[in-house]
Amino acid sequence: MTRPLSDDDLRAMMTHMIGARVSSQRAFNLQRQGRAGTNAPIDGSEAIVVGAARALDPTADWVLPQYREPVALQRFGPEVLESYVRYILGDPDGGHIPEPVRVWPPQISLATQVPHAVGMAWGMKRTGETGCALVFLGDGSTSEGDFYEAANFAGVLRAPVIFVVVNNGWAISTPVASQTAAKNFAAKSHAFGFPGTTVDGTDILAVYEVVSEARERAVSGAGPTLIEAVTYRLAPHTTADDPTRYMPDDELVAARGRDPLTRFQKELSGRGLWSDDDTTRAEADADAVMEAAIQAAEADRANPIELFDHVHAIRTTRLERQRREWIDHYGEDPR
Amino acid sequence: MTDSPGRKLSYVQAFTEAVRLEMADDPTVICAGEDIGFFGGVFQSYAGLQTEFGVDRVVDTPISEQAIVGLGLGAAVNGMRPIVDIMFMDFMAVALDQIINQAAKIKYMFGGAATVPLTITTGGGAGMSAAAQHSQSLEALLCHIPGLKVVYPSNPLDMKGLMASCIRDDNPTVMVKHKRLLGMKAEVPEERYYTPLGEARVIRPGNDVTVVAWGKMTNDALAAADTLARDGIECEVIDPRTLQPFDIGTVVESVRRTNRAVVVHEAVRFGGLGGEIASQIQENAFDYLDAPVARLGAPFSPVPFSPDLEAAYIPSQERIVEEVRSVMARPLLGG
Repeated sequence: MTRPLSDDDLRAMMTHMIGARVSSQRAFNLQRQGRAGTNAPIDGSEAIVVGAARALDPTADWVLPQYREPVALQRFGPEVLESYVRYILGDPDGGHIPEPVRVWPPQISLATQVPHAVGMAWGMKRTGETGCALVFLGDGSTSEGDFYEAANFAGVLRAPVIFVVVNNGWAISTPVASQTAAKNFAAKSHAFGFPGTTVDGTDILAVYEVVSEARERAVSGAGPTLIEAVTYRLAPHTTADDPTRYMPDDELVAARGRDPLTRFQKELSGRGLWSDDDTTRAEADADAVMEAAIQAAEADRANPIELFDHVHAIRTTRLERQRREWIDHYGEDPR
Repeated sequence: MTDSPGRKLSYVQAFTEAVRLEMADDPTVICAGEDIGFFGGVFQSYAGLQTEFGVDRVVDTPISEQAIVGLGLGAAVNGMRPIVDIMFMDFMAVALDQIINQAAKIKYMFGGAATVPLTITTGGGAGMSAAAQHSQSLEALLCHIPGLKVVYPSNPLDMKGLMASCIRDDNPTVMVKHKRLLGMKAEVPEERYYTPLGEARVIRPGNDVTVVAWGKMTNDALAAADTLARDGIECEVIDPRTLQPFDIGTVVESVRRTNRAVVVHEAVRFGGLGGEIASQIQENAFDYLDAPVARLGAPFSPVPFSPDLEAAYIPSQERIVEEVRSVMARPLLGG
């Protein structure tokens, strides 16, 4: 029941993969320049996120990312990247992705978004919405109790949810072999009573296929699916990491030879759908989009007074008093 | 001649040395945590220990905070003297059932039969643009729980002696390392020594006002004291070093001489330890006070990601100076 991909779909997927990597690398450099906070590069996971997003319906489905994925969710609207840029530049409003975009902001605490996804999916089932929730988590996050408890709930509730475990080989410095003795992460689904499958996460078409099937299961009421997408982390864990201290060089070199971007470029070139000029153009376009997002974010820096805006739905008396004290101290707009 | 310049260690190296010396002396001292083995910890707190003591005594764990603390507790009850690491203090929230309901209460619930010589180490504090879920100061939460000891050194010398005491202590202890102090260097003796838990240190004597501060704030309070001294205001800066049990005697003795007190902490002011300390000061030195005890802490808001907002959020040297001045400027009642 997988929707066949048109040539336009295929070209858009390639464009989004390139855009994701360009945005991610610029975000990394911004941190190095002192213009952005800690952020986590996507390099190596582009096919998983872009492929999964293509299999979803942005008007019906929800995506709950961990922290690497926002740069690759262009299919859900330009607002995702724009908000992400504001976020890494430190603006508290960066977590606010405007309606009707169905993407949660990045989640920094590991696996905490997994129960949220099950809750959203359960809610959708309760209200009769025909959609699903897709949640990204990493190999390391599967060791958290939140993952096991939420996956168990999903099975019991037959929630329309898709768990995508991005197995990139590493949780900061911890290799998968130290994370689990299971032979793969997909096998864990058996304990929860729903299917699991392992897919080559460098093959965007394969990812698209398995997520499409999982979505079909979810929206038809058949319940959750666990997808393990295997790739390799081609960049540091975050801007605060130095993988040369622990990542074997030969592994990284071999993984670069299986770069998901190169793989899909070759595939599309073979079909006559993509050229080197297209790559150059896609990179330049992505860079321009990112530059515009950065300029917009930098032109509207956070005001210290905003600190008190979203602590509660309505500012309490104490917050109101503190806000007034800050205005007395810093002025209405000390930026 | 013993006045040759002493060897200097950083705050984090002093921590590592304390662990290394105890491990070398006592085979029951074992370590477990995320990324602490091969990598040596994301803050390099455990650097070199796995190489020296092997993978069976310095264990890289899956990302499972609740299980990490529970594992340490079980091993402790069985005669080991484990050190378990929770990478960021914020992540303790994941393991609070094991910390609050188990580690802190096991001796009590077993009628004294079980002993828990467990040390939980963690990185606390803000100032790294690490955002709301990686920057908190949650020490008040821990100090509220009978059964736990909470230690928060402000310098390398105390770090080594306090960490050694934590390891030797027969109670569950939490050792908080302030992330912004990791690189702070000072002379540290090479031999083993034990700084008693529950003893404050007068780190700078003075007669005009008592300033109580811990962790990074001790250092900011010392810098503020230098500024104030130029105007003839002599602060007595007290570092409690251990927050639970809290050495109120040293503070009260000081306040009875200075007649004024300011408590400074990086944690949110409302519900922070400053309230407890101020209350104990007035209970024990009411007749000596020439001004209400002042409390300086963070506003009632999560720690912001933005460097600008974060700088405004954390109590600064300037705000300590202002707070002390306002306490000094308060006219004597009836005077």
